[in-house]
Amino acid sequence: MRDLVQQTLDLVRAAAPNAEAAVAADHRSQWLTRFATSFIHQNVADETTTVKLTVHLDGRTSVATTTLTGADGVRDLVERTVSAARQAPADPAWPGVATPADLAGRGTVDAATAGATPADRAALVRAFVDAAGGLETAGYCRTIHWTGAFGTTGGQLIDGESTVADFDGIARFEGNDAATRMASTALGDIDAAAMGARVARQAPGLAAAVELPAGEYEVVLLPEAVGDILNNFAFYGFNGKHHNEGRSFARLGEQQFDEAVTLMDDPVSPGRIGVPFDGEGTPRHALTLVDRGVTAALGHDRRSAAVAGTTSTGHYSGGDWGPMTENLVLAAGTASINDLVKTVGRGLLIKDFWYTRVLDPRKLTLTGLTRNGVWLIENGEIGTPVKNFRFTQAYAGALGPGRVLGVGDTAVPQPSRWGFGSWTGPALHLASWNFTGTASG
Amino acid sequence: MSHFDVASTAVQAALDAGARYADARVMHRRTESMNARNGEIEDLTQNEDAGIGVRALVGSGWGFYAVPDLSDAAARRAGTTAARVAAASGNVPGPPLDLVASTPVAASWSSGCAVDPLGVPLGEKGDLLTTATSIMLEHGADLAEGLYQIWDTRKWFVSSEGHRIDQHVRECGAGISATAIGPDETQRRSYPSYRGQYGTQGWELVRDLDLTAHAARIADEARALLTAPACPAGETTLVLGGEQMCLQIHESVGHAIELDRILGWEAAFAGTSWLDLSKLGSLRYGSELMNITIDPTIPGALGSFGFDDEGTAAVARPAVRDGIWVGVLAGRDSASRAGLDYAGSVRADGWARLPMVRMTNVGLEPGPHTLDEIIAETRDGVFMDYNRSWSIDDKRLNFQFGCEVGYEIKNGRLGRMLRNPTYTGIGPRFWQSMDMLSSETVAWGTPNCGKGQPGQIGHTGHPAAPARFQNVRVGVTA
Repeated sequence: MRDLVQQTLDLVRAAAPNAEAAVAADHRSQWLTRFATSFIHQNVADETTTVKLTVHLDGRTSVATTTLTGADGVRDLVERTVSAARQAPADPAWPGVATPADLAGRGTVDAATAGATPADRAALVRAFVDAAGGLETAGYCRTIHWTGAFGTTGGQLIDGESTVADFDGIARFEGNDAATRMASTALGDIDAAAMGARVARQAPGLAAAVELPAGEYEVVLLPEAVGDILNNFAFYGFNGKHHNEGRSFARLGEQQFDEAVTLMDDPVSPGRIGVPFDGEGTPRHALTLVDRGVTAALGHDRRSAAVAGTTSTGHYSGGDWGPMTENLVLAAGTASINDLVKTVGRGLLIKDFWYTRVLDPRKLTLTGLTRNGVWLIENGEIGTPVKNFRFTQAYAGALGPGRVLGVGDTAVPQPSRWGFGSWTGPALHLASWNFTGTASG
Repeated sequence: MSHFDVASTAVQAALDAGARYADARVMHRRTESMNARNGEIEDLTQNEDAGIGVRALVGSGWGFYAVPDLSDAAARRAGTTAARVAAASGNVPGPPLDLVASTPVAASWSSGCAVDPLGVPLGEKGDLLTTATSIMLEHGADLAEGLYQIWDTRKWFVSSEGHRIDQHVRECGAGISATAIGPDETQRRSYPSYRGQYGTQGWELVRDLDLTAHAARIADEARALLTAPACPAGETTLVLGGEQMCLQIHESVGHAIELDRILGWEAAFAGTSWLDLSKLGSLRYGSELMNITIDPTIPGALGSFGFDDEGTAAVARPAVRDGIWVGVLAGRDSASRAGLDYAGSVRADGWARLPMVRMTNVGLEPGPHTLDEIIAETRDGVFMDYNRSWSIDDKRLNFQFGCEVGYEIKNGRLGRMLRNPTYTGIGPRFWQSMDMLSSETVAWGTPNCGKGQPGQIGHTGHPAAPARFQNVRVGVTA
C-alpha cells in the first residue's frame, strides 16, 4: 500500500508541482456468511483495493477515488483529479494536508481472522444453528482484514493493518425473536454455540408477551440497546461539524450527563476494534468525550477543527456529514445485570432498539421501537415478556444528571454496519424512558 | 478481451469448479457529487470503480465473489472462488433450490439522457449550488445546503443459461435545504425534498428543478417554522403531500412486499413482513382507491432499467389492486421457493455486492381528485408534507413519520403553519382509511434505500400523489 501511495504522489508532483495532495490506499478483504431460516442463503466476499486522491491546486480542491489500481488506472486518477481541481469552484476553507505525526499504534491484527476461510465461518454458523435446538435461526458471521497506507505532499507517510470479526444471530419462536451479537478483533473470541444456546433459551418465553400501556417507564437497557444510543451520539452528538453549526446538544465543559457516564472514543488501545488513522491521515488516539458526566471533547476532522479553532482528533468520515466518533466505549460500572434489575420497583428490561430516527438534533430526540425482547420488571424480579413499544425520547436527557441509576459491569462490543466501527457499552439502569405507542398502535 | 468475454470466462470457471448455475456482472461506474454550504462549495468528489462479481450455485447453496480486476486470470479466479464459497454454504444447507425461468436473451438497453450530466462543466454545476445556497442565507437560513449526485453505470451480464445483456444507466438529481436554528430546536425546509429529486435522466432533470427559484421561499419557511405553533396532538383527518406519500409508499408498502422479507431471509437485520403468502390475492391492504404497481419500465424514473441483475426483462406488475394485495417484488430463487412464476426485482449496489430483492419503481396509481379538491372537502384536519424522519417496525406495520412542515385545515382551507408535524399508525389500518387520492402524480426518486449485509444502497422510484386519510394520530412528541 505504501508503494501505491508513493506512486500516486509522484504522479501528482509531476502533473502539478504546486499542488497539495493526500493519498489514501486501502485494501479490504471482506467475507460475510449470512443465514436465515436456519441455512446459509447468502455467502459473499469481495477483495477490493481503493485509492483516494485529494488535490488542492490554486485554491481549488477535488477528491477522486478509483478501484483501478494498475499503472493506467492510477495515472488516469491523477489526471482527472488534477483536471477537476483546476475547474472546481474555489475552496476558501481548505485546511491543508496532514503533516508528519506518529501513530499510537498500527492496529490490532489477528492472523487467524485475516486468513479465515468460508468453511471457518460456516462452522460457526453450524454451531449457532445446532445450539438453537431446532428453533428457526438467522444472522451472519463476518470477517474483515484491512491494510492501508496514507501519504501527503506534506511528508506524512503512514500505514496500518486491522482485523474485525462479528457475529449476529437470532432464534425465532412463533414470530418472536431473541437476539445476540458481538464484535471482536479475533474470530476465535466468538463462541457461536454459546450464543445460539442463549437465544434458544430466551425465544420461547417471548411468545407469551403481553401488551402494556404506553407511558414513562423505568428501564434497564441491555448492551445492544445501549449500542444504539452510542451510535446516535456518534452521528449527531459528538460530531464537531454539527456542533460548529449549532445542531448538536453538546456543550463543552457542562455537566450534561450523570456522573456515572464516562464515554471515550477508542479505536487504538490493544484489542480495540478500529483503524489507526483517519482518511485525512490524522493518527487516532483514545479521546475522552464525557468525563464523569461533563462533556469534555468532540470529534473533529481537519475542516471542522479549523472552524472550531482546534486540531483534528482523527475522525474524518468522508463526504459532507462531518467527523464521526465511531469507536465509542461507555465505561462499565460494577453492577451485574441482576443487580440492576433488583433495584427496579416497576420497569422494563429492554434488549434492543430498532429503526431509531432523529426528530430534532438539538435535544437528540429520536423515535424508534423496541425489538428482540422486552420484559416487565416488578419488585426487582424479571417477569412476563412484553410486546414491543414505540418510543419518542431525548437520548442525552435520558442519561442526564440523576437519571442513570446503575451501570452494568460488562461492556460488550456491538458490531457496526461499517465494519471497523464499534459501540461498546454496558447495561444501563435509567430513571425513565418515554414510550409513546404500543405494538398495536 | 471484451467485457462479455471476461464475464463468460468467470461463469465458465464457476461451472468448471462445480457450480450448476453461475452468472457474472462486469460493471464500470463513474459517480460525481458536489455539496455546497452557505454559498461555498464544500466537497467535490468523483469516483470510478470497475470490477466483476460472480454468483455461483452449488447444490442449494449460493456463493458470491467480487474483485476489481478484469483480467482473464482474475475472472477465472473469481469464478472458482465463487463456487468454493458456494460449496461452503453446503455446511449449513437449505432445502432444494430452483430458479424460475428467465428467457436467455442477448440484448442492450440504455436509459434516456438528453444532457450528459458528467459533461456539464463543473463551474456551471458549482454556480448553481453556490447561488441557491447564497439566496437561502440572505433569506434567514442559518444553514443553507445544496447538493447534486450523478451516477453513470455500464454493466455486462452473462449467465450460464445464455444471457448476454449490456446496459448503460445514467442517473442524477439535486436538492437544496434551509435550516433555521433556534435555542431549543432546529427547523428545516427543503426543495424538492431533503436529498433532492432523482431519476434515470440527464442533467435536464436538474435544470427543470429550477433550484434557485425556490431558495428564498424555503428559507423563509424554515425561519417561520421556529415560531409556528406545534402540531396539535390527537386523532384527526390527515392530508399528505406527494413527497411524503413517496416515503409512505416506500416504507409501508415497498419493503413489505419484498419476497425475501416475507420468506424470512432478512429476519435478523432488515426484518420480515406482516404479509402472509397464503393470503396473496385475498388480503385487503387498503381502501379501494389503493392501486400499487411495480413498474421498472417508467421512462426517467429512478427505479427503471431494461433488465434486472438476474437478466429478467423489466415488466410492469400489479402489487395492490382495488385495495387487495396481489403481487410481490421477487427474484428467481425467492419466487421459486414461494411457488410464484415471476421474478424481475433483483439488483445489486455495484459489482462487489450480491444481487438481492430490491424495489424498482413501486408507485400509487393516480386517483380521481386534486389536492385543492381534497383540501376543500376537509372540514377539520392537518396537511403535512416533505419528509423529515421515518421509523417503522421490523414487520413494516407500526410506523411514525415526521414532516418538515404542516398546516391546519379548517373548513376547506389551509390555515396556520404547524411545526414538528408527526403522524403514526399501523400500515393496513392506515391505508384502509384513505378516502381521497389526487391524480397529480410525480415519480419521486429515492437514492438512499439501505438493505443487506454487507450494506447496499438502492435507487428506487415511487410515483405518488397527495391523499387523505381518516382518524390518524398526529402530534406525537417526546
